[in-house]
Amino acid sequence: MAYSEKVLDHYENPRNVGAFSKEDEGVGTGMVGAPACGDVMKLQIKVGKDGVIEDAKFKTYGCGSAIASSSLVTEWVKGKTVEQALEIKNTQIAEELALPPVKIHCSILAEDAIKAAVADYKKKHEG
Amino acid sequence: MLKFPIYLDYSATTPVDPRVAQAMIPWLTEHFGNPASRSHAYGWEAEKAVEDAREQVAALVNADPKEIVWTSGATESNNLAIKGAAQFYKGKGKHIITVKTEHKAVLDTFRELERQGFEATYLDVQENGLIDLAAFRDALRPDTVLVSVMFVNNEVGVIQPIAEIGEICREKGITFHVDAAQATGKVDIDLQKLKVDLMSFSAHKTYGPKGIGALYVRRKPRARLEAQMHGGGHERGLRSGTLATHQIVGMGEAFRIAREEMKVENERVRMLRDRLLKGLQDIDATYVNGDLEQRVPHNLNISFAYVEGESMIMAVKDIAVSSGSACTSASLEPSYVLRALGRNDELAHSSIRFSIGRFTTEEEIDYTIDLMHKKIGKLRELSPLWEMVQEGVDLNTVQWAAH
Repeated sequence: MAYSEKVLDHYENPRNVGAFSKEDEGVGTGMVGAPACGDVMKLQIKVGKDGVIEDAKFKTYGCGSAIASSSLVTEWVKGKTVEQALEIKNTQIAEELALPPVKIHCSILAEDAIKAAVADYKKKHEG
Repeated sequence: MLKFPIYLDYSATTPVDPRVAQAMIPWLTEHFGNPASRSHAYGWEAEKAVEDAREQVAALVNADPKEIVWTSGATESNNLAIKGAAQFYKGKGKHIITVKTEHKAVLDTFRELERQGFEATYLDVQENGLIDLAAFRDALRPDTVLVSVMFVNNEVGVIQPIAEIGEICREKGITFHVDAAQATGKVDIDLQKLKVDLMSFSAHKTYGPKGIGALYVRRKPRARLEAQMHGGGHERGLRSGTLATHQIVGMGEAFRIAREEMKVENERVRMLRDRLLKGLQDIDATYVNGDLEQRVPHNLNISFAYVEGESMIMAVKDIAVSSGSACTSASLEPSYVLRALGRNDELAHSSIRFSIGRFTTEEEIDYTIDLMHKKIGKLRELSPLWEMVQEGVDLNTVQWAAH
C-alpha cells in the first residue's frame, strides 16, 4: 500500500495515544468498529466547563490509515467546542491524509468515533 | 552485514539460485534454437537440453521423464490437470472433490468446472489444517471422477496425507491430482510409491525462474486428460507451444540442486525456524497457525492477537513477509485459509507468514525476533483491544458496532 507522507508520519509518530478515565465527568468515550472488520477505534475527548474540548486521546486497532485517521482527529478536535467537532467530515480527513479509495472507510470510522465520543459526553450531561 | 528488507517470503517466490542463472544464460544467446527444429544442430542441442532438464525434474520426484509435461507454471499445470481430467471423464461422472484451503489456482478452476455443469465438494480441514480422512471417504460418490489436494499448503505449510488419499482414490478408480508447488525440495516425493495420477510443479518456488512449471502425468496406470492448449502438438499433444529452452534448463538445474541439497538444507532451515519460533513464543498471546509436526520446516505462520495485520506489516518493514490480513489483499476478506482452520477474523487479520529459505541467515532470524518484540509491544500500546484484555474484558462478550 503506497501511503502519503502524512499517513506515514501519523503512523510512525501517532499523536495523543492513551486513555482518560471513562468515569471522569468531563470525558466522552467513543468506541467504533469491530475486530472482525479489522478496525476498532477508541476516541476520548476531555471537555472543559465552557464546552471546549481541552484534550483528546485515542487507541486504534487497525491498518495504517485507521491509526493515522484517529491520530489526526485527536489533533483537530482540540480547541473546538463539541458542536464544532461534530462538523468534522470524513471527506476532510480523507483529503488531509490523501487516503487511497480502499481506505476511505477509515476516515468514516474516525468521523463516527467523534460522534460517538460526543454522544457519550452529552449523555453524561443530560438531566 | 544485514541487507534490508530481510527476505522472509520464500513461499511467495524464491530468488533464482546463481548456479541456475548461470546455466540458463547460454540458452538465451548462443544456443537459441527451437527444440522442435529437427533439421539442424541448433534444434538438436536445444532438444537435448530440454530432455536433460526433463530427467532432472523427473529424478526429484522419482518419475519417468516421459511423464513430465512442461507448462508455464503451477497455475497452468493445475488448470490442465483439473479441467483436462474432468473433461476427459465427464461421461463417467460429474462429481469432483477438493479442499477449502487449496490455492486459488485450484479453487477457481473448480468454480469454472461448476459453471460447466460439474458438482464440486470443498472439504473442510481440521483445526490443524489437515483434512480428515474419514470425512474425505464420506464425501466420495459413485460418480466422483477427480480429487485434487495440495501437498503442502502455501499459507500454513502443513503437509496433507497424500499417500493415504492416493490409496483411497486408486482403490475407487478416481483420478488424483496433487498441487506440489510448495513441496518440491521440501518434502520427499516418490511417485513410484505415491498413488498420484497428476502432480503440478513450479520452478520459482524452488530457486528456479518464474514462468516455467511442469505437470506429471502418470503412464502406468495411464492418466488421461484433454489438452487445454492447442497448436503444434508439442509435449505429445498435451500442451502446445514452443518450449522455452532457457526456462526449462533453469527448472532442471533448480530441481537437480534441490535433489542433491535438500536433506542438508532442510535441517538448516528447520534449525532457523525453531530458533524463530522460540524467539517469538515469549510474546504474549501468540498463536501458531497449522500443525507444527505435519509441516514443512520453511513455514511459520503466527497470529499476534490484538494487533492488526497491515499495521504490523508497516511496523516491520525491515522484513519482507506476508500477512493474512484483508488490508494487504485486493479483497477485504481475511485469509480464507486461516478461516478454514477455524481462526476467528481477528486472529486471521493479525497473522504473519514467515517463510525461510536457502539464503536466510541466523543473524536475520535474530534481527527479526528482536524487531517483532519491539513492534508488537508498540502496537499493543496503541490497541484498544489489548487495553480491554488487560482490564479483564472478554472481547467475545462485547457488542461491536459492526460497519
